[in-house]
Amino acid sequence: MESETDLMKKKTKSQITVTKKKPIKPEKGLLGGSVLREDCYRIMNEDGTVDSKADPKLDKEILLKMYRNMALTRAFDERGMMLQRQGRIGFYVPSFGQEAIQTGTAATLEKKDWVFPSYREPGIFLYRGAGLYEMLCNLWGNNGDLSKGRQMPVHYSFPDIKMFSVSSPIATQLIQAVGAAMASKISKTKEVAISYCGDGGTSENDFHTGLTFAGVYKAPAVFIITNNQYAISVPFSKQTGGKRIVDKAVGYGMPGIAVDGNDALAVYLATKEAVDRARRGEGPSLIECVTFRMGPHSSSDDPTRYRDEKLYQAWLKRDPIKRLRTYLESKKLWDEKKEKVLQEELKAKLAEAVEKAEAQPLSDPMDLFEDVYAELTPQLKKQKAELLHEVELRGKFENTSEAFPL
Amino acid sequence: MANLTLVQAVRDALMCEMTHDSRVVLMGEDVGVNGGVFRATEGLQKEFGEERVFDTPLNESGIIGMAMGMAVNGLRPVPEIQFMDFIYPAFDEIVSEVAKIRYRSGGGFTCPMVIRTPYGGGIRGGHYHSQSSEAYFIHTPGLKVVVPSNPYDAKGLLISAIRGEDPTMFLEPKRLYRSIKGEVPEGSYTVEIGKASVVRPGKDVTLLCWGAMVPVCMKAAELCEPRGADCEVIDLRTLAPLDEERIFESVKKTGRVVIVHEAPKTCGFGAELSALINEEAILYLEAPIVRVTGLDTPFPYALEHIYMPDAERVALAVGKVKNF
Repeated sequence: MESETDLMKKKTKSQITVTKKKPIKPEKGLLGGSVLREDCYRIMNEDGTVDSKADPKLDKEILLKMYRNMALTRAFDERGMMLQRQGRIGFYVPSFGQEAIQTGTAATLEKKDWVFPSYREPGIFLYRGAGLYEMLCNLWGNNGDLSKGRQMPVHYSFPDIKMFSVSSPIATQLIQAVGAAMASKISKTKEVAISYCGDGGTSENDFHTGLTFAGVYKAPAVFIITNNQYAISVPFSKQTGGKRIVDKAVGYGMPGIAVDGNDALAVYLATKEAVDRARRGEGPSLIECVTFRMGPHSSSDDPTRYRDEKLYQAWLKRDPIKRLRTYLESKKLWDEKKEKVLQEELKAKLAEAVEKAEAQPLSDPMDLFEDVYAELTPQLKKQKAELLHEVELRGKFENTSEAFPL
Repeated sequence: MANLTLVQAVRDALMCEMTHDSRVVLMGEDVGVNGGVFRATEGLQKEFGEERVFDTPLNESGIIGMAMGMAVNGLRPVPEIQFMDFIYPAFDEIVSEVAKIRYRSGGGFTCPMVIRTPYGGGIRGGHYHSQSSEAYFIHTPGLKVVVPSNPYDAKGLLISAIRGEDPTMFLEPKRLYRSIKGEVPEGSYTVEIGKASVVRPGKDVTLLCWGAMVPVCMKAAELCEPRGADCEVIDLRTLAPLDEERIFESVKKTGRVVIVHEAPKTCGFGAELSALINEEAILYLEAPIVRVTGLDTPFPYALEHIYMPDAERVALAVGKVKNF
């Protein structure tokens, strides 16, 4: 047990100091809105310009890779929503406006690190090299999907790149990430486990448990909280009586920092520091990425029923992709021509993968029985034989499913 | 009379009870401003104010634990769990606390409340938006478990549940939320909890079902008629406490039983029904009881239409018991 004085001493160190630079104080009211705060660490101004003293001068390769991935994430989300609207897939969850968080955090990780994502993080899968075709097959739930069409769309699972299987229940993955981190600590593999949830997720019991365990064991874990200000329709003000998620870090005995989630550079630098700390054996950190959910909760949701329109309009101006592009252009790393080439390339790549994925058939009905256990139980063998008999008797099964309502 | 969908009938019941009983309060994720993700509470916050209809933080044990405290202290909460698949963080509050408080306090404390939650598949929802986990709760003494299958019963049963003195799980078949409509009387009325309903009389085979499996069994009965089997379809409506008498009466008449549910077969409620019939009416049976259920696998996404019982599968089972 740590004494109160120990904790008090630590309290002064509770902010992550990012690459030993002082967080830049944003201009007053720059972030605006009811839960947007001036305490957020940020590098970019709202328009994407960066003061020369603040420029972190990141490696050109990383900057361009991040930009391309953010653009790809946006294009993927747009395509996902379109496929749903056209009735070609049943459901989609877009991540509009959250591209900098996904990419900025993913860019700090090594291949051996573990990621426990929520369901609104396609950009991390993409950054780590998940195939477009395999991701799209998940949207159709067909036999090209790595989880064999068993999960809803956007619930990806990519073991080869250590992207853990996405669950619908909220925040369950945070504790599991702590476990993966502890296994790394025990096995001395220096893997870091990073996990994600939203502002709504911080209200779940599993958030408390995950951070409690991580704090107690000093697990090499990083918690990224995407505060996009809505849990479906419920605003952030209904998730905590406090003002900031980052303040919770103190209670769990770990450092925390609030970051402008639409500033890819700030997200990258803050996460890099947290990941490095974890890898050095200095324990877990919490990063609150303040952003705004620019799209619906899912393809079944209508945010105009509850969204604060003024806030939405204000955040439109802070588009994370535009901001990073402006920065890259200021460094002569990007221009209109490159953008055109990139957009055409993304369009062609997506179109090709969509065509291929859509043509895939569903899994065989007999596949329903696989992966329940390592081996089929006698009961499952019996049920499989019964179903096989029924398939022979009936031939095709009519699909009478209703459309997904949420 | 109004022609309502099942979800509109649920809303109508809440509206009626809130109007005449100021103790009734609603809470849950998205139930306030958004009117519930299925619109079961649409407009109710506007009508009754934020103190009686409110959005909660994203925390299911919080929703149920708080409702329990409110019930203990005189209110009549009707908490909503957005999907039955998300009820498990609240499992401890429900089975350890809500269900047992009357017993463990010698009747000194009670918590009359109704936990509303949509359940069941057939809506392309995958593992976490499709499950039918009634058996866990039927297995928990102290809870009543009610499952309507049509708008009229939904309203009447929900009103009975809210007026009841026991905590009640009110499981709403979300597949039927909007796919069926029915005449629903205006104003309050009740449908008695603990009573099954014979929705189709027949003499050859008894079909036992509830919720979204009722229309499936009705369709199966239609398929079976030209094949020479006259089915009696019983909508159990309340799973705990069970209307055993109505079941035995039918079994004694037909001597043949098919039990249909969405949940996996092993330890599904069908097992209990089968055991009861064996205990009380085995000498009347002309054929072994057959269960048509979900598979003993997690609920799948793309192949849910093969996982779930449908009319043809039920009809095949009817043929099997009829021709035993």
